Order: sequence, then C-alpha cells, then structure tokens
Amino acid sequence: MSRRPGFVLEVDKSTPPTLFWNGEGFTVETLPEGSRVIYAPEPMKALDDPYGAIRHALLNPLGDRDPLPALLFAGMKLTICFDDVSLPLPPMEAPDIRQMVIETVLDMAADAGVDDVMLVAALALHRRMTEDELRHALGHRVYDAFAPHGLLTQHDAEDPENLIHLGQTDGGEDIEINKRAATSDLLIYVNINLVAMDGGHKSVATGLASYRSLRHHHNPQTMQHSKSFMDAPASELHSSNWRMGRFIAEAGVKIFQIETTLNTDTFPKSFEFLQKREWEWNLRDRASYAASSAALGKAPPRLARQIFHSIKSPHAMTSVQAGEVEAVHAVTTENVWAQQGVDVTGQTDILTLGLPYICPYNVNSIMNPILVACLGLGYFFNLYRGRPLVREGGVLILRHPTRPEFHPGHHPSYIDFYEQVLTETVDPVRISKEFEESFATDPWYIHLYRTGHAYHGVHPFYMWYWCAHALEHLGRVIIVGGDPKAVRRLGFSPASSLNDALEIASDVVGPSPTLTHLHAPPIMMADVH
Amino acid sequence: MSTLLFERSLPRFAAARIASSFGSGRGAGVGPLRLLDHEAPALPGDGWVHIDPLLSGICGSDLATLDGRSSRYFEDIVSFPFVPGHEVVGLLTDDGVAADGRALPAGTRVVLQPVLGCAARGIEPPCAACAAGHVGNCERVAFGHIRPGLQTGYCADTGGGWSTSGLVAHASQLFPVPEGLSDADAVTVEPVACAVHAVLGAGIRDDDVVAVLGAGTLGLTVIAALTHLASTGRCPTPRVVLVGAKYAHQQRLARAFGATEALPPIQLPRAVRRSSQSLSFGGDPGETVTLSGGADVVLDCVGSAESIAQSLAMVRPRGSVALVGMPGKVTVDLAPLWHREVRLAGAYAYGTESDPAAGSARAGRAAGSAGPVKAAGSAPAVKVGGRKGAAAPPKEISTFELSFEVVAAQKTGSLVSATYPLARFEEAVAHAGSAGRRGAVKIAFDIAKGRTR
Repeated sequence: MSRRPGFVLEVDKSTPPTLFWNGEGFTVETLPEGSRVIYAPEPMKALDDPYGAIRHALLNPLGDRDPLPALLFAGMKLTICFDDVSLPLPPMEAPDIRQMVIETVLDMAADAGVDDVMLVAALALHRRMTEDELRHALGHRVYDAFAPHGLLTQHDAEDPENLIHLGQTDGGEDIEINKRAATSDLLIYVNINLVAMDGGHKSVATGLASYRSLRHHHNPQTMQHSKSFMDAPASELHSSNWRMGRFIAEAGVKIFQIETTLNTDTFPKSFEFLQKREWEWNLRDRASYAASSAALGKAPPRLARQIFHSIKSPHAMTSVQAGEVEAVHAVTTENVWAQQGVDVTGQTDILTLGLPYICPYNVNSIMNPILVACLGLGYFFNLYRGRPLVREGGVLILRHPTRPEFHPGHHPSYIDFYEQVLTETVDPVRISKEFEESFATDPWYIHLYRTGHAYHGVHPFYMWYWCAHALEHLGRVIIVGGDPKAVRRLGFSPASSLNDALEIASDVVGPSPTLTHLHAPPIMMADVH
Repeated sequence: MSTLLFERSLPRFAAARIASSFGSGRGAGVGPLRLLDHEAPALPGDGWVHIDPLLSGICGSDLATLDGRSSRYFEDIVSFPFVPGHEVVGLLTDDGVAADGRALPAGTRVVLQPVLGCAARGIEPPCAACAAGHVGNCERVAFGHIRPGLQTGYCADTGGGWSTSGLVAHASQLFPVPEGLSDADAVTVEPVACAVHAVLGAGIRDDDVVAVLGAGTLGLTVIAALTHLASTGRCPTPRVVLVGAKYAHQQRLARAFGATEALPPIQLPRAVRRSSQSLSFGGDPGETVTLSGGADVVLDCVGSAESIAQSLAMVRPRGSVALVGMPGKVTVDLAPLWHREVRLAGAYAYGTESDPAAGSARAGRAAGSAGPVKAAGSAPAVKVGGRKGAAAPPKEISTFELSFEVVAAQKTGSLVSATYPLARFEEAVAHAGSAGRRGAVKIAFDIAKGRTR
C-alpha cells in the first residue's frame, strides 16, 4: 500500500474532536468549523537492510571524499563523534542508528588496522549522557570495548586541555572545538537527522564547540534572523554554522560525515492512535485513548513522566548517506523534507499546538517551563519553510500543564534563570546583555556540567533565544491548562480552556479569526505558500 | 483611661502559649494582657516627663512576649506588671529636655528612645557601655531607682506606649520629631534605629554580597537603612543586596527600598550562590544546600532556628552573620560556624554610631539623598560613598539621629499598614501576628484618635 502524504483537513460538522497533546497526557478538542488541521505524512518505508545500506553509503561517498576504507590506515588517529541523547525523539528502539553505523565503521577501521580510535559524544553544552543512555545509543558491544579503557568520552566544552582555537571566520566568529577531534587524521561524525536543521556543518561547528564559539550564533540576533531554522537559505543560524564549517575544513580538519534519516513511525502499538487521523480511529484506538487518557489524568505527574519516558520509538532509518559534509547534507535535507513536508496554502491568524512530554533537552528528565516555551516557540513554531504558519501579529495557543518543576541535577541554571532572570525581563536581547555572561562563567554550573549531568549554565539562555523569532513575530502567546503563575512568568497569557484562549485571542486577531492546528508529533514541516 | 497591662500570670501565660501555637498573635485575648482603667505612672525623679502617645507600634518582640515565646533570659530584666509599647511617638505634657540637651516645650512631638540606661536609672557614674554611648548595652538595666526593665514597655515604673493614660520618659530618651515627618513616619524611627545599628555593626565592606533574611518590619528597615547609609557615605556600598522575602508585597517593598533582588527565602541561597560565584555541596546534584563560599554578610531578620541555620549555610568562610531578629531558645548545628570561622553577633537596639560622613565632603550628601544600593538588574552598584578620601575622622552620632534621616529619605511610614484603637487590641495583635500573610507590615495602635484604618 502506498504511503499517504501530509494532509490539511478543513474542520466541518462531521469532523471528530481533534487530539491535542498536553504534556504527559493528551485530550481532544472540538475546533471551530472552518479550522484547518495539518496531519503529518505517513511513515516512509524503512530500509530493508540498514546495515547493508550503511555499508553501501560508506563505500560510495558523496562529494569530494574517498570511500571510507581508503581513508583508514594503520597508525592513524581516528575520532568518531556522534549525536547525543537529544536525538532522536523519542529515543528509538534498539538497535539505535548510532550503534549500527559505528559498528560498521569500527569493522572497517579494524580491517584497516587502525588502533587509535576514540569515540566522542558531541554534547556541545548539553548534559553528559548516563551509562545507560550511552549503552542504548552505542550498544553494549561498543560500550564495553571502549568505555572501560577511557576511549569513550563526552565532549567537554569547559576543558581547556582538550579544546583548540582554530581561528576566526571573516565574520569574526571564533572557532574553538574539540582538540582530539580536530587533530585527528580523520573525524567521522555520525548524525541522526530528525529535522532539517540537524547535521551539515552544524554537527562539528556546534556539537564539538565551546561557549566561546557557540555564542556567535546562539544569540537573539541570529535567532531573530533565522526564518526558519528548517529553511537553510533563510537561516542565519545555518549561515553562521556554514561559515564556521568551511573554516574548519580549510583549517585542515578532515571530516567524513554520515547522516541518517528516520521515518515518522513515532509511537509503539499501544499508542498508535497518537499518529492516526481521528476519523480513522477504530474501536481499539478509541478504547486505547479513553483508557490511557483516563489513567494518565489520574496518575501523579511523576508517574506519568516515567511512563512516557520509558517509551522507545519504533521509527526506522529511511536513508543513510556519507562523505563530504555539504554534499551529504543536501541529500539528507531532501530526504527529511520528503518524509516530513506538508504543503500548506496561506497563513493563519491562530496556530494551535498540543505540546508533548518531550523535547531535545528533557530526555529522561522534566519538561520545565523554559523548555515548554522553547518547544512551542523555538521548535514547533519554526517547523515551516517559506512563511510561518501563523501570520505576523497572530496568536499562538499552546496546550501544556507548564508546571514550575525543574530537574535540579539536569537543569540547575534553569532554576535560577526562571527565578532570577525571567522575574526581571523576558526580553531576549536584554537577557543576553545583562545576564548571559554571569551564568555562562559561573563556576558551579561549570562544575555540574563537567562532573554531573547538568546542562551548561548558559543553556537556558539559548532556549530562550530559540524563542526570539516567534516572540518578535507573534501578537500573543496563550497556554491552555498551564500553571497560571508559571505561564505569566514566561510572559504569556494563561487560559483554562481552548474556548477561553480563543476569547483572549480575539483581542488580538478579532472575532472571526482563521485557525490552524498542527497535529504534531509526529514531526512534520509545513511548506507554507 | 485605658491601658493594656501585661501581668505575671502563669495560667494566662500558658493559655497564650497554647493559643499562639495556632498562629502568632492568637493568644492576646487569653494571655496575660488585659485592658484596664489605669492611671499614668508617677514621675520617678528629676529629668522625667509625661508623654501622651499618639501612635504606638506592635513589634516582633512584643508578639513573642504575648505569645509566650520569649526567652526566659528576659525574666530578670523586666518587671511586672508592665505596659507594653516601646515604638512610640507622642506629645510631651510638660516642658522637658531632649537627649541632646535642647529644651522641649510641652506639646512637643517626640519619639521615645526606649532603652532604660544608666542616665534614666539615676546611676552615677554610668556603666562603661553607657559612658561610651552604647546605651543598648547598658550593664545596669536591672538596677537603679526604677525597677528592672531593659526598655520602656517592659518596666513596671515607666508605663508604655499601649496606653491612653500616658507613660513617663527620661530626658535621655527624648528625640523631637522634625516638622516634615508624619506620625506614621515617626513611629518607625525606633525600628529603623535598630536597623541602622545592625547595618553599621555588621561589618559590611565595599563590593560585598549582603543577604538579608526576612522582610518584615526589621528586614525592610534594614534594607532601607543600608541603602540610605551607603548612598550617603555612612557605610560601605555592597555589590548586591539579596533579600529573602516570603510574600509578594514584601518583595516589592524590598526592591523599592533598594534591594538588588528580593525573592522567596527558599530561593535566597541560590541567588547568594550565583552572586558570590560559589559552589555548593550537600543534597542531590544541582541542589543548593551549603555554599562553599557565600555571602560576606548575612543579616538574619527572623531569628528562628531555621533562619540561623540558613544564614550559616549561606555565609562565606570568615563572613559575618548578624542576628537582628530576636531569637529565643533555638537548636542550631554550629559545626559550620566553627569550621568556617563565621562571626555570629547579635544586633540589639541602638546608641551611638561612628559617622564617617560627618565633617567630610560626604556630609553634604547626607540629607534626603537615599537611592538604591544598586541601580537596576544585576549590574554593580553605583558607589556614592566609600571610605577612600575621608577628610575628617569619624564623629560619634546618635543612632536615632541617623534613623530620622533614613525615615525621612525612605518614607518608612509607608510600612504602617493598619492602626487600631486599644479596645480592639485582640484584633490588632492578631493582625500583627499574621501581617505577612495579610499583606501588611507594621501594625500600630492609634492612641490619640482611636482610629481604625
């Protein structure tokens, strides 16, 4: 049976209520007649033989790169870097793509007699992965072969001994990246390209960089000029990473890029209804929805969180390409759009989103209010190419409990950002000027980042900057069902129901607005004409 | 004439203690406090005058007494029965003399400096502390020609502010109120004087990180005093003043008085840690329990076991904790104090202070020039004063004189949230006991007019 593409439904009298994610739960809402609902394309067919496809990609590289075996030789220094726990979402069922790719690469390295191999988790300023997370990403065989010997490391952006400053781009951007990776004979980077902005030069220029480098593009100005992150030619974030990436290549760092794409088969059988169109729900889907939403509604948030974070996604690899960074990324981006792209005609006055329990920065953790803002305004709002789904001055309505809860071990600086920065201002530019440096250089945050499992002190700032484009574009942001105090702290308006939210929105967009609901996840990207 | 008289009565004391376990101030109706017809006390001797109170505040120490929570330490330095009320603005009924020797005609509006030192007690020569001007540290508060009592409001011979029949005061206790100050401003002069004394004795240095725990009357007046004294060169200028304030109105007032940040007490250690760039140990990863460094100075304006423990966990090694709030019998782990060589000192009352601004160029900035300790956000404070360049040696100045300045500059009368007639003392005391929860700060008795507002 052929795969159905993405679809824009116009709500009429016969349309059943629409599913909205609501953190660690979900609900259904009856949307006004004439509203649009955007559904993701159905999952592409998975590769029949992923190991074979990986091997084929390594032997048939794209762009100006020799096949991988030709780049491997005895006595060389080889560093294999890989995406961290923030990808994919939700974490995938074993075997993880990183495991499959790295096992194949290691087989080739072994055949070539390469002894000096180091694995590096490309954390940038993210938290260090736990042993369980590393074992899941790499498989027990790889973990046990490398970790006990200190050959499996995690990038430490605060380790002066293992950073190298390669210079500055023409734009004055500092390039300071992982020394081991930069000084290797070959740097292999293994990507999971969940969305179009993943991969490319961003892999090394961001994933292996220090704060000194990252601050050049992780700032309000860059984010405000990235329209959107998913649309490379219109993204200043992309441009900056590309300048840096080309500089790194010219500096002599030899990169062999491996990129992979996934289908949108996001949830296991028990939650299959979450990715189906509501009018196609069968009896079992309806029963699953009723039972799970009732149970989750009664479960304490902590238990509901545990249940959801134990989900392993069945999404499968749809493509793998390897070789020179830009050549690889061009094909990858096409493949991502082929899976996730949906044609949408015209913008809307109101965009509604149900936010799920997970974003890249709370895997096995808590979705705190700052991450709620980032997921809604930084990620989902930016899932477009061309024009934003919602018109300038329009309203974004999110659904999420937005509890003022934080994981102190993972997000220590987020707590202080929430209590000590957002109480002063929500303006990203002012926040950047007045507060960023003191958080970025705070020795306690640095200590926790380096020795524990904490995001870097500056990370909540970056999350807020991700919202900068949306904050500038939107007339109002409303969160339905959120903790009112927390929602106000973010600078948004709380609403107890969707109807209340529409009432509040009418002050901005008038009494008869157009409304569009993005039925995500599964992840999709709107090509707005 | 109505007077609230506090009598020694063990059953009533026990009843107050039980009632107050349901909330501070709940025990006023069943405790040792009674509303009686009572005559003004006789003048104890030369130099004493009668005062008719206008406003008389309810202080945290009054509440502790009424709740039966006061330390037994005080038993021998008070005398029963007494009329509470030591935060008093009133009118002289006779001609008198001020503490500074000025003649005061009858009808002059005065503020009472309530400490009963050697001068008031007719003790000659005065004790060493009184001779040095540190009347708050008087060594003779249980002696002399009046009965024991560390302050007016705790002495059987002087009466107190919670009375329409008046009280008696010695010349050494009288400070005339300047024209521009309202009665509400004036009734805050005494607590502000406590704050001034605490701030000047806390050992604050330029660029220090200062934490203030608690934002009731004491905490807020400490912030107001610190801001004014720093901006007029009376004390060094801290880099940041971080305040733990439980309630939203307290946070707002703390910021208005010049705090850099005011936030719930539970978050104060995190703010102190960030400002002092400390590490933290103890608890789960990422939690802030004990700071490796911490604030240079903590002013504990609560005085509970919890606040003292929190102060010790937030102060840096060799830093200082000033106990401004009146503590009782508390159980606190002093290991961090010992290990970190923290100086823990009380801050009681007032007396005479060194005034580095007097006689120097900075003196000209003294009056009415209060401004925030820190301009805005987290940027360093603008230093107005400072030790460098002082043109003359420090001069001694009465704490009350400085307090009048602070009150005028910071308009601390705004802290008076409600007044009650004496007849409604139960409501008044209950309101004072729950002031924070009810959005209030200072509750006072309106003795002159019996107004409720």
